[in-house]
Amino acid sequence: MDDCHGASTATLPPPAAAPARRHIVAIVGPPNSGKSTLFNRLTGLRQKVANFPGVTVEHRMGRVKLDHHREVFVVDLPGVYSLQPRTEDERVTHDVLAGTMESLPRPDAVMLILDSTNLSRHLALAAPILSLGLPTLVILNMADDLDRRGGDVNAAELSRQLSTPVALISASKNVGVEQVLEFLSGGTLTTVPKAPLIQLPVIQDVPKCRDWAANLSRSTEYRAPAPPMWTRRLDAIFLHPVIGPLVFLAVVIGVFQTIFTGARPLMDAVQAAIATSGGWIESALPEGALRSLIVDGIWSGVGSVIVFLPQILLLFLFIGILEDSGYLARAALIADRTMAKIGLQGKSFIPLLSAYACAVPAIMATRTIENKRDRIATILIAPFMTCSARLPVYTLVIAAFIPEKPLLGIFFGTRAAALLGLYALGFLAAIFTARILKSTVLKSTRSPFMLEMPPYRWPTLRSLALRLLDRSKVFLRRAGTVILAVAIILWFLSSFPLKDGKAPEIGDSFAGSIGHFVEPVLKPLGFNWKIGIGLITSFAAREVIVGTLGTIYAVDGTSESIGLQEALRHELSPGGAAALLIFFAFAMQCMSTIAVVRRETGGWGWPVVQFAYMTLFAYVFAFLAYRIVN
Amino acid sequence: MQADGNKPSRDAKPECRNLTALKRGESATLDRIDLPEDDARRLMELGFLPGHSVTSSHAAPGGDPRVFRVDGSEVALRRETAKHLILR
Ligand SMILES: Nc1nc2c(ncn2[C@@H]2O[C@H](COP(=O)(O)OP(=O)(O)OP(=O)(O)O)[C@@H](O)[C@H]2O)c(=O)[nH]1
Ligand SMILES: [Mg+2]
Repeated sequence: MDDCHGASTATLPPPAAAPARRHIVAIVGPPNSGKSTLFNRLTGLRQKVANFPGVTVEHRMGRVKLDHHREVFVVDLPGVYSLQPRTEDERVTHDVLAGTMESLPRPDAVMLILDSTNLSRHLALAAPILSLGLPTLVILNMADDLDRRGGDVNAAELSRQLSTPVALISASKNVGVEQVLEFLSGGTLTTVPKAPLIQLPVIQDVPKCRDWAANLSRSTEYRAPAPPMWTRRLDAIFLHPVIGPLVFLAVVIGVFQTIFTGARPLMDAVQAAIATSGGWIESALPEGALRSLIVDGIWSGVGSVIVFLPQILLLFLFIGILEDSGYLARAALIADRTMAKIGLQGKSFIPLLSAYACAVPAIMATRTIENKRDRIATILIAPFMTCSARLPVYTLVIAAFIPEKPLLGIFFGTRAAALLGLYALGFLAAIFTARILKSTVLKSTRSPFMLEMPPYRWPTLRSLALRLLDRSKVFLRRAGTVILAVAIILWFLSSFPLKDGKAPEIGDSFAGSIGHFVEPVLKPLGFNWKIGIGLITSFAAREVIVGTLGTIYAVDGTSESIGLQEALRHELSPGGAAALLIFFAFAMQCMSTIAVVRRETGGWGWPVVQFAYMTLFAYVFAFLAYRIVN
Repeated sequence: MQADGNKPSRDAKPECRNLTALKRGESATLDRIDLPEDDARRLMELGFLPGHSVTSSHAAPGGDPRVFRVDGSEVALRRETAKHLILR
């Protein structure tokens, strides 16, 4: 599952060598209070951090190295408002704290992390957490924000009232984090906590808890900060009835144009580097099978995919800005109307947006959806959203078949428009499918839409750079594993069986035979057997088709002279090209997605239905596209 | 789960002023939430507490859903939910 979104699932670290039993400390808090930011600070790991509620949806354990060769394990958890879970992600937190989570013993202590700029409300969560009876450190995060907006709190007095240590920190600015390390290394982890001076309220009663929190913050001289004026000013623009949608449209158009043209110079540079290094290898090695394997098989196959790295990074840069700034929650708000028409709600829109990066984390993110049937419907439509693995295929085919003409000056050209059209097509297919599902098998009463709007924040260069670095690693790892393996296998399949001791014509190779075998099924779509092989391999992962075609044409000897785009123009009619784009827009060619759908829906039923439906959908529409264009 | 001893009643009576009556920028005090217990509970956890002040804020194009400022945070609700939050 990892290959799509980097580190994800909770893998337990190897057992500690230390003789003492390892201590586990849970990080608990309301959504978007900075739990994952602190976790990353303490462990050096890279849990996903973003500025909207519901980012973390599963538990993740990490090791904190203390002095004296000691270590503690901390667990990052999904955000909760109380210990009464309503969603799958909240249930994870509940189960971990109750000690009923498989593979994880009950934590020895808790770090309760609250947003200090909204303390009167967030302190209400202290009541249920303190009544767990575990040693607790109360962390008041976002001290920088509190200070900037003129708020204040007396942490020492709060600590006295609660009879538990309190630390005022800023996790993202790395201020005060030493107090957290002190707590983790002190003896407090094993001692039984004292009862708070101020009596805890009945934790099931929300108004009572809230009054208790208000009393507490009053007695600790909490001065609430001034309202976030910038957030209000920006919302006046982004949520303006007229300007808002216009800004939205301008941003979308700008993004697509930049992805298409802005990445060009870098892509050309990468392409040139790959071609040159391929040339060196070719001249350094003696002629023979090994040289052909390395140059035609590996270099052309893997290289033709790596060319797309700059473009994918650009896409992730935009997604990063969207998520870190807090605009994502506003986009969900704007989209709620549309979602309501198809029977879903705005909350489903957040996973769908993250599916533009990759369907795997998007499907995980559906855990935040309360209604089970809404959740399944969202899982089923998420793979229709255009994930980043489709981008290389789209770019290649569009660049080969659509001439660049300006539509809105330099701001928007035909190729960017075609790309935008394909993204829109995926979204329409998703909506159409959701509509059918929600009016038939997954019909349900509507659950209320409640979404907390985070304040806008500046995306930091550091966090954006880390996102890109992580994404490059994921992309290159994939190129070095799946795509490399396919390239090697394919080189063998297309270079054998030998004919008169020499490599065969590619049409007579094993690959050729397989291709010819599937050709009848694909002929109605305008695909020949070479594209057919590409389609077969693309079921491992979509972008593999680009590498496959790279290898096939290199072995065939065509692409060296004319390049992959030119080679495609020889292979495909315009109708076939349209069919190929449509097929990729709709088909579910991704092993990782199938695996995660099975896991999240708890069986093979849904993924099988989904796979069959999407493949059929893709086939039918690709056929129509071929017929209409030709 | 309805607040302050008010009798639970599922259907908001039309004469009750609810959140949807608030114009942008207007504030009022919440009286009770006429929704099933666990929905009401989550709304209260988000800050919609009886006796607390609610301010109507920006909305999505078309006016639905709308953001409400409540208890230090901003929460978006659909009209169909907001109409069950009765004002004093
Ligand atoms: N100004 C400021 N922002 C912070 C601080 N700590 C975290 N943030 C920001 O707050 C946002 C949320 O941080 P996360 O660490 O993802 O929060 P979380 O509690 O893990 O959120 P969920 O996983 O959704 O429950 C991000 O945009 C962070 O950059 C801080 O100390 N000061
Ligand atoms: Mg988190």
